[in-house]
Amino acid sequence: MIIKLRNPTREVTVDGPRAAGRILEDLGLAREAHLVIRNGTLVPGDAVLDDADTVEIRPVISGG
Amino acid sequence: MNYSKCRVCKEPAIIDLPRHNANFCGEHFIQLCRRQVEKAIKDHRMLDPKDRILVAVSGGKDSLAVWDLLIELGYQADGLYIGLGIGDYSPTSEGYAQRFADQRGLKLITVDLRQDFGYDIPTASRATGRVPCSACGLSKRHLFDSVAMENGYEVVVTGHNLDDEAAVLFGNTLRWDIDYLARQLPVLPATPGFPKKVKPLVRLTERETAAWCVVRGIDYLLDECPMALGNRHLAHKNTLNEVERQSPGAKALFYLNFVEKMAPLLASHGQEMVDGLGTCDSCGRPTTGTTCAFCRVVATSSAHEPVPVELVLSKKARAAYLSDRQET
Repeated sequence: MIIKLRNPTREVTVDGPRAAGRILEDLGLAREAHLVIRNGTLVPGDAVLDDADTVEIRPVISGG
Repeated sequence: MNYSKCRVCKEPAIIDLPRHNANFCGEHFIQLCRRQVEKAIKDHRMLDPKDRILVAVSGGKDSLAVWDLLIELGYQADGLYIGLGIGDYSPTSEGYAQRFADQRGLKLITVDLRQDFGYDIPTASRATGRVPCSACGLSKRHLFDSVAMENGYEVVVTGHNLDDEAAVLFGNTLRWDIDYLARQLPVLPATPGFPKKVKPLVRLTERETAAWCVVRGIDYLLDECPMALGNRHLAHKNTLNEVERQSPGAKALFYLNFVEKMAPLLASHGQEMVDGLGTCDSCGRPTTGTTCAFCRVVATSSAHEPVPVELVLSKKARAAYLSDRQET
């Protein structure tokens, strides 16, 4: 599946099916600092994402 | 397929919150956030239903979330947006704030540093030698106070969340900076020349405020301020999030127990600072000196040639800023 990341904006490809929390770990991203959004809807860490899903990992930490 | 179930209704969860050791569906996550904000407002006597409230709005998740929450809870709240002149980041952020207000029929007051005071934050940083976040914070604090006082607002609301407060507390504690620790409260009462200032989101993490926006369909600015990239505040947040990963709930205990147990011991120190204020000979606002820090920044910065944001960014921040401009 293609995953959209931000700050800086970029895309990475990850093989599915895979749990959202596992994807964060594989990408070295802290769960407390990110939301995972599948097809426009938030999902928890144990949601299994498939290759057909549109996935965004959204950072939530702001600096000022 | 989702496996987690909402703690309340057992329907599929949309978010896991380790600090609550629970998962929530959209409806009950919204209920949780609303209750946390109501508790903060009640416990710290932040707001009265009759108050005229001014919300400091940046176009980011926290300020739009707190404005949305207050309106939903029945408060009368207008917004204040300050144009900081930070490249194309500022007009973009203003667009998010203005659309939020327009879609809900809310009043948004706009102040623009360049148009109204003859400078912007990149120029102020270069002209005064302050780091950008210092020039920005000083300008915003002054204008929140002065706009509120001039327009009859009793309370200024900011979108500071639990992560913001814990990170600032962490930094102040590392330096044992008693002056700043004494003022790091969820409520600063009104004093002569100053409105009351309150932070209703102090019981919500920024992951939770971002999730509030997603669930509520609030379109907010996702880009980070280019001048904040790599600052110490972000480093402190990352450090605390590593502690939180190993010990869920640690951030909340760190900050909320400070407020409950430590802040009362520092209360007399904060009062000494307020009692020592005079009046600025330029703008008439309260200050510890002859001319307030804001008026000194205005004088120095407005006389300086405008400085583009790219010229005051670190090498790494400039590369990220220019990369994102190319993407969009």
